[in-house]
Amino acid sequence: MIPGYGSKVLRINLSENKVTTEHTPEDLIKNYLGARGFIIHTLYKELKQGIDPLGPDAKFIMATGPLSGMFLPSSGKFQSGGKSPLTGGYGEANCGGHMPAELKMAGYDMIIIEGQSSKPCYIVVDDDDVRLEDAGALWTKGSLTTEKLLKEQLGEDFQIATIGPAGEKLVKIACISHDFGRQAGRTGLGAILGSKKVKAICVRGSKSIPVHDVNGLIKVARRMYEKCFTNPAFELWQNYGTGSVTVWANRIGAFPTRNFRSGYFELFTNLSGVNMRKQVVVINKACFACAMCCGKYSHTQKGDYDAYVEGPEYETTAMIGGNCALGDIRDVAYANYLCDEYGIDTISGGSIIAFAIECFERGIITEKDTGGIKLKFGDPQSVFALIRKIALKEDIGNLLAEGSKKAAQELNRGAMKFAMQVKGLEQSGYESRRAPAMLLSYMTSDIGAHHRPSWAVTHDLATGRDTPVGKAAKVIELQHTRPLFDTLGVCRLPWIEMGVPVSDYAEAFRMITGIDYTEDDLYHISERIWNLTRMFWVREVPGFGREYDLPPARVWEDRIPDGPTKGGIFEREKVEAMLDEYYELRGWTKDGIPTEEKLRELGLGWVLEG
Amino acid sequence: MKIGKEESRCTGCRTCQLVCALHHFGENNPKKAAIGIKGEFPSPGRYRISLCTQCEKCIDACPEGAIAKADGIIRIDPEKCTYCLVCVDSCPFGAIFTHRDFKVPFICDVCGECVEICPTKALFWKT
Repeated sequence: MIPGYGSKVLRINLSENKVTTEHTPEDLIKNYLGARGFIIHTLYKELKQGIDPLGPDAKFIMATGPLSGMFLPSSGKFQSGGKSPLTGGYGEANCGGHMPAELKMAGYDMIIIEGQSSKPCYIVVDDDDVRLEDAGALWTKGSLTTEKLLKEQLGEDFQIATIGPAGEKLVKIACISHDFGRQAGRTGLGAILGSKKVKAICVRGSKSIPVHDVNGLIKVARRMYEKCFTNPAFELWQNYGTGSVTVWANRIGAFPTRNFRSGYFELFTNLSGVNMRKQVVVINKACFACAMCCGKYSHTQKGDYDAYVEGPEYETTAMIGGNCALGDIRDVAYANYLCDEYGIDTISGGSIIAFAIECFERGIITEKDTGGIKLKFGDPQSVFALIRKIALKEDIGNLLAEGSKKAAQELNRGAMKFAMQVKGLEQSGYESRRAPAMLLSYMTSDIGAHHRPSWAVTHDLATGRDTPVGKAAKVIELQHTRPLFDTLGVCRLPWIEMGVPVSDYAEAFRMITGIDYTEDDLYHISERIWNLTRMFWVREVPGFGREYDLPPARVWEDRIPDGPTKGGIFEREKVEAMLDEYYELRGWTKDGIPTEEKLRELGLGWVLEG
Repeated sequence: MKIGKEESRCTGCRTCQLVCALHHFGENNPKKAAIGIKGEFPSPGRYRISLCTQCEKCIDACPEGAIAKADGIIRIDPEKCTYCLVCVDSCPFGAIFTHRDFKVPFICDVCGECVEICPTKALFWKT
């Protein structure tokens, strides 16, 4: 048994009402490390090609990494995955909190949920005792309400992941919520749980997680914590979390505003981390073992609403604040609460709402579609109403619940240009017409337009905001580094914001597992995983290739109207040039398909054998 | 010296529990910590810290005379303890803990590891 792991895989087949455990295979650990690696390997091997993501053959996976739950900064991250109901390709979402420590203490590295239950249920994992319970009384309840009820019933020391009404109704941007405000937000994984009629997963564990060299771990972990404590930005992160990004993003003209028309929101100071702290924040809230406590727990009150919510984080402030032009942080926080309680991703949610408002302004959607509501940028009631309509699939919400790409295809009449997405996943919170490496990051991210695998805005500021030259190499470097944290099961923020070097994580990995991998060995595995997720797209999406890496036409057709990046555009030729360079450096064909040589080099020859 | 707490600063990160268990048992397991953290969510949104205040109620309550204070620190004598858990019930702060691996409850020995690591100074030395 390799230390640092829960050592078992828990498999729950809902159709057969059967629970089994398997030992986590050693070669899986050595070749794919954990979390993200475990998920794509399992999906590629176990899913039949072409399955319906919401059908009985689909699987939902929740997985931890070797560093999850361990004594080192911010080790509270886990990954969820499946074939995405939103994109039809590789679906994966990252979530912080306390779940992965609990799952490993219960003795499991990963839960695989298969089949479909005939009636609503929730899963209870209490160390070795695993059972399915009836969720009839919880069905239709909100995510946060459900978590509260289950904690009251099972005990506060259970860690719980839930879906809301949106997941139950198979809304394709449905998320999974955990720890009263953390979400596995992206790619619609909440709908997979909804299709299986799983309302919640509740976990409690009591076992110690074995460590190869305890003193060695303590030594490196103390060094990592010390780097956080002594970083000049430490206090800023503790006070404002990701909220401090808001002002900066506006100053550089990268803040998504009015459906990504602009990179500058004139009311941004109302949404700043400082103002948020003053108006709504109650306490700082942290994930497991995290010193930075970027979670801001808030109480928002205004007019007829009064709600508690974790956040808003930068992404929510960007996508619901700037992108829907809400200039009052209390409204953004309340919209955040509605998304959390109904169980929809605030990034896709904010983007789709902005898309709908722009379509309404252009007459593509009318009051007949919205149930009589006049959609307007800057109108909180438009946003609140659309969140409900999407989550409950009412009126135009039924179409918008399919995601902006499918909604645009259906609406037609030029709507596709206003669907700010790549591969069917809505773009997260950075306007990128004058941030080409960031644009390329969105184009090539392996789940669709998300910033987690590569975030490169500072690289653009340093190396030129209008040139495609040299961007591909940086994006590839980031795509091998950042997802490594999602594979090890930790948060990347101590690395990127506090200066904890990757070499410390490699050392912690060696101390925990006893596996003698260097930093380069870890990057090699990261590249293997990246290519395997690409091959999943190739296998699952007919005709997949270069066209799926292109951004919305707004990038090269519409100039930024105002703000620091006014006049900015990124020409089509430059987009294509970046892609050419990216594919070449990756060892992929001109259509973006990994070559046989590249796959064999990465130990993925088995993919070619089918 | 005693350990003080300021609950409004607690973020629920449980790093204190991790170092506590590592220091006393050499194990990565926050469930073996002599300090408790409990969330109260969604409202009012706060964490409660259970921490021994050296109040000595457990000493009076123990029917076996197994708990005593030496050098200002409360300790349980494992030879005398019968695991009746009367002390756990008697503690007004919920600060006496158990784990199924052990047949003796455990109490904070004021080693201060948690104070040293607490990232928000929710735990501190009180003189």
